[in-house]
Amino acid sequence: MKKIANLFIFIILAVLALLICFPVLFAVTGGFSAQWELEKNLAAILGNADGLADWSILPKAPTLEPLIHLLMDSPQYFVMFWNSLKISLLILVGQLVFGMPAAWSLARFVFPGKRIISAIYLVLMLMPFQVLMLPEYLVLNDMGILDTHAAVIAPAVFSTFPVFIMQRFFRSVPEAILEAARIDGAGNFQIFLRIGIPLGAPGIVCSAILGFLESWNMIEQPMTFIKTKSLWPLSLFLPEISLSDAGLGFAAALMMLIPALLLFLSGQEYLEQGIAAAAVKE
Amino acid sequence: MWGICFLLPDLLGVICFALLPFAQVVIRSFQGAVNHKWVGFDNYKAVFQNAAFRMAAGNTLRFTAICIPLLVALSLVLAVTLQHLRLGKDLLKSAFLIPVAVPAASVVLVWKVLFHSNGLINGLVLKLGGEKIPWMTSGAAFFVLVISYLWKNLGYDMILWMAGLAGIPTEIYEAAKVDGAGEWKCFTKITLPNLKTSLYTISVLSFLNSFKVFREAWLVAGDYPHQSMYLLQHLYNNWFRDLSFDRIAAAAVLNALVVLALIFLLKRAWDAEE
Repeated sequence: MKKIANLFIFIILAVLALLICFPVLFAVTGGFSAQWELEKNLAAILGNADGLADWSILPKAPTLEPLIHLLMDSPQYFVMFWNSLKISLLILVGQLVFGMPAAWSLARFVFPGKRIISAIYLVLMLMPFQVLMLPEYLVLNDMGILDTHAAVIAPAVFSTFPVFIMQRFFRSVPEAILEAARIDGAGNFQIFLRIGIPLGAPGIVCSAILGFLESWNMIEQPMTFIKTKSLWPLSLFLPEISLSDAGLGFAAALMMLIPALLLFLSGQEYLEQGIAAAAVKE
Repeated sequence: MWGICFLLPDLLGVICFALLPFAQVVIRSFQGAVNHKWVGFDNYKAVFQNAAFRMAAGNTLRFTAICIPLLVALSLVLAVTLQHLRLGKDLLKSAFLIPVAVPAASVVLVWKVLFHSNGLINGLVLKLGGEKIPWMTSGAAFFVLVISYLWKNLGYDMILWMAGLAGIPTEIYEAAKVDGAGEWKCFTKITLPNLKTSLYTISVLSFLNSFKVFREAWLVAGDYPHQSMYLLQHLYNNWFRDLSFDRIAAAAVLNALVVLALIFLLKRAWDAEE
């Protein structure tokens, strides 16, 4: 009886899981479909035929043609891909360079004003972009870096989210190890580099994965701060492709999806830990 | 002393890119847009009297009132059932979590094909004997948002619940089983009461994530979507284009106050637990 109930639950969950994965599978098949097949399937949407759009789970004639076309003959696309990569990687490096020591400080030191600073970091982490949009715009304008990549990178580097995540993990480094290092004459900076960073590595990886996915997916910030199209990341370029250019659109979407999916598959465990770090109270 | 040295570089950045400019925005919310003359609460009044603001705030409120209970309940059921499952647990967990990693822009074409009035979902609706639903051009647009939000956040919230569930000591369950308590009784008498703090945390985090659904809305429907999916972020963007900084300033301050109040409630809930 219990076995049957279990199987039944499994089937329901599996169907739900398939439904949830469907848009992703859809995007992947689209990326391997030829323009003519997409046009045929989507004829009803493009206004070329009556009836309804169609879709096959596997393309009838799978092809790499749109992908090759995209990679070989669309320099414009390459610029956007490179913009996305550059922005995301620079944000990542900045978040680690500034965030790691800050997280170490909040996790392991006692100093006046620490409680209030921690509280401010938490509040800023939870503020949505719509609150910070105008403040960021004003300061970027004063600095004269609007409409450059720096306008998107600089505020994201000082996002307090990575600090919060890493701090959680730095806190679990046993005090005894630090004490032993101190007795051996290690300085504060050495302890941070030689003990804090290696032992807090899982937290750093969590923060890096969540941070990269966030900036790879960034839409509101470049939309508000970057006007020049050649500076746009992929996330702004993709919606510009209409369905009549579906072959190119699906191929470009696939190229945006692949890095995110690879990161997900290789770092899922860290992603989960990073998400959970926000839920368990200190 | 060393603590401050480690913190300072990041703190300076935070002050420069967030705290100081936000203080400036608070001041500007009491000033005119062009001449920076002191106008008291006029901007706030203008915001509240603005029809577009009321519509956007109403939509945002309606959206959260429907989505958050739905998401929180669904993800709890999912987390609990998944935890009891022996078969294919990890595979299913990954499947539910994938949307967290999927960039919104990479599925925008999929969304367009799904929700077009001649699209795939309407194909299914027709097959089931229903009538075509004009998803993007009627009040149904609101449900496109709801579906997008649930799709994106279900796995995320499931992980949060699982973290909460993992925090309940197994001894309690064992003791209850010895006393003859069944599965359902264990769930209502042990699991649910122990998840109270998680419930607060997850609700607040879900609320904050609900602001991000603007992405999906903007991607499928652009700057001026059907009015049932017109959100605060759309309004701010449009005000931004008109350079109505006075209004955005006042609206941003109001928005910050709402978020602050929620964080305060969350903190109270955490402290009460101790």
